[in-house]
Amino acid sequence: MCLAVPGRIEAIDCDNGIERSGRVSFGGVIRQVNLAYVPEARVGDYVVVHVGFAISVIDEREAALVFEYLRQIDELGEREGEPS
Amino acid sequence: MKYLDEFRDGEAAAAMARRIARTVTRPWTIMEICGGQTHAIVRFGIDALLPEAITLAHGPGCPVCVTPLEMIDRALELARRPEITLCSFGDMLRVPGSSGDLLSAKATGADVRIVYSPLDALRIARESPSREVVFFAVGFETTAPASAMALYQASREAIVNFSMLVSQVMVPPAIEAILSSPTNRIQAFLAAGHVCAITGIELYAPIAERYGVPIVVTGFEPLDILQGIAMAVEQLEQGRAEVENQYARVVRSDGNLAARAMLEEVFVVADRRWRGVGTIAASGLEIAPRYAAFDASRRFGLEDHHVEEPAECRAGDVLRGELKPRDCGAFGSLCTPEHPLGAPMVSGEGACAAYHRYRRLEVA
Amino acid sequence: MSAVDVASMLSCPVPIEQYPTVLLAHGGGGRLMHQLIERMIVPAFANPALAVRHDAALLPVPTSHVAFTTDSYVVRPIEFPGGDIASLAVFGTVNDLAMCGARPLYLSVGFILEEGLPMETLWRIVQSMRRCADEAGVWLVTGDTKVVDHGSGDGIFINTAGIGLIEHDLTIEPRSVRVGDAVILSGDIGRHGVAILAAREGLELETAVESDCAPLATTVLALLDAGIEVHCLRDLTRGGLGSALIEISEAGGVRIAVDDVAIAVNESVQGVCEILGFDPLYLANEGRFVAFVPAEQAELACAIIDAHGAGTRSAIIGRVDRGEPLVTMLSSIGATRIVEMMSGEQLPRIC
Repeated sequence: MCLAVPGRIEAIDCDNGIERSGRVSFGGVIRQVNLAYVPEARVGDYVVVHVGFAISVIDEREAALVFEYLRQIDELGEREGEPS
Repeated sequence: MKYLDEFRDGEAAAAMARRIARTVTRPWTIMEICGGQTHAIVRFGIDALLPEAITLAHGPGCPVCVTPLEMIDRALELARRPEITLCSFGDMLRVPGSSGDLLSAKATGADVRIVYSPLDALRIARESPSREVVFFAVGFETTAPASAMALYQASREAIVNFSMLVSQVMVPPAIEAILSSPTNRIQAFLAAGHVCAITGIELYAPIAERYGVPIVVTGFEPLDILQGIAMAVEQLEQGRAEVENQYARVVRSDGNLAARAMLEEVFVVADRRWRGVGTIAASGLEIAPRYAAFDASRRFGLEDHHVEEPAECRAGDVLRGELKPRDCGAFGSLCTPEHPLGAPMVSGEGACAAYHRYRRLEVA
Repeated sequence: MSAVDVASMLSCPVPIEQYPTVLLAHGGGGRLMHQLIERMIVPAFANPALAVRHDAALLPVPTSHVAFTTDSYVVRPIEFPGGDIASLAVFGTVNDLAMCGARPLYLSVGFILEEGLPMETLWRIVQSMRRCADEAGVWLVTGDTKVVDHGSGDGIFINTAGIGLIEHDLTIEPRSVRVGDAVILSGDIGRHGVAILAAREGLELETAVESDCAPLATTVLALLDAGIEVHCLRDLTRGGLGSALIEISEAGGVRIAVDDVAIAVNESVQGVCEILGFDPLYLANEGRFVAFVPAEQAELACAIIDAHGAGTRSAIIGRVDRGEPLVTMLSSIGATRIVEMMSGEQLPRIC
């Protein structure tokens, strides 16, 4: 339950409270998205959108950490000399 | 697409899977709660990459599947009234009620509209003041803030021809219901990432502690799910039972405060019946008394009544993770996506439909 | 083929001030129908066979082996980015002939018009049919027009039937598929489905996705001319690549293994699928096909397809394996799943 898709905020059209909304691009598909729940979001940020609402701003640094974890565990694997 | 493609990378997935294989020393059963995670696991074949020792159980994380039969019947009753336009997410259209589904009601002339957002339903109400527009509000905590916003706006703008049929459910009570069952086999949970983006993760700490079960908040792409499993396995092997956040790029510890404030404004917690599982206390959301005028059940005088499921349908056992879909007697014979007995076969996220559509190849 | 009078292309030949929309009488067999056929349709389709204007077209057919097919076309909206119902009706039938390796020659056209259809719209459709027929190298030699009550149709329904020549001696069908054959996909998938969806739902796309609607006969004939031993062809219309592969697997009794990573999907198509929860594997295409050829000829076949295709690249997406009739898909993370038939249409999901 959770089809929420990452998209880039291209423009913020209305900055007013619960009607805060903007245009978000999903790989080139532009949708009008309600931004009331991400008051801190700015143009250029990536947000996760569910049923027409942005529910979170994606933290780029945290996203990179997933791949940092991968690098670490791969090094660990090589040191332990595990068979492929 | 950024933040999607890189989390589906094959080599990275293989590395995560190797990590899990290196860490595991004995069998573990892990449940993933969210239908979106079930979908990804089956679509990408993630369980095929896991060592034999790991069993993945699929939980009741599909709000479509757990919507009680009587709620579908209420939606059908409303849809069949000539003055009502019933708006619904596409997921609900093929879920069988007692007498057909919304899609067949539409085919016989009921005004049923598929909407992508509760705000679309509100727009329809604004544009058609002579119609009664009812939005079928189904979903977990991820969707509830959107429904809440639509209701709040309707109230502020006095859009009197708008109302909602609410069947919102909450995840943590379901997790507790599973863990407190005497036949429980689940040893760790992958919590639903987008639900937690709203609720935060602190509320899982008492559950992890009380039942001694690791809970890892997990995302939806293959790398997320594999990393979530890797983190859960590490905790299990080390005898820890903590809440960890794999999906930190989206989930903050305290969740989304603005969304939670709106939920508290518009909804109240209530007991809720889950299809195939029974009533779980304090597991659902209902419209708060001050917004009662927008409650479709009240406005249209819908009565509460209990409806029995078809006897052959073992949706409840599947949703609790106690039965694999392919082990159900009706799977693929009496019960198929074309003529489903229960919701898990209809909803693309339902464990039964996911297994039927994306059946993994059994290598002889 | 006689040239169409350019001046007549510029404005609708039926007196629009008098008849701005189609009336029931235009299908009634009397003066109005005669006017519609003689002043609009016949001049637009103009060819020697049609000029005879008899109940049936008399056609010279040089071989004794012909392919014959028919299809009916309903679409909403009737005009969309990259095409319209006319291009579907002409190319769809031409492509069915092409999938047998036939050289398409003649099409019949049956119109069912809804009373109230704007005459200008009909004129655009008729002109489009002529343009598409020219592009596909076929004549529109006979036809029929009926008009139904308002509310009984989506504006216009078209049936086309087509005749083509078989000039080769291959048996191009699922039962000819062999273990070891390569599976070639002629281009990226999902464009037509998304173009229709975007038009219907008002989806805004940074780069408009146009339907891939196109005639495939020239490409197929080029494959045959080059000596490619084509075992099976299938165009990927309703139900998409997934359904086509399953149908061939079942009809041919073969196991087909495809690789998800090899299947090209345009970024905007992917975007639409992600936000609606659709699987591009089952989306409609109108200008794409799969070909089953011996593995050693696959590279050459791809080169020929690319030389005739309009800006998209073909790819070897899989192979035919030993085993029971199944379609399997290797996911991007290296796991294999079975591809099943879709039940019903895909609906947008939140879950």
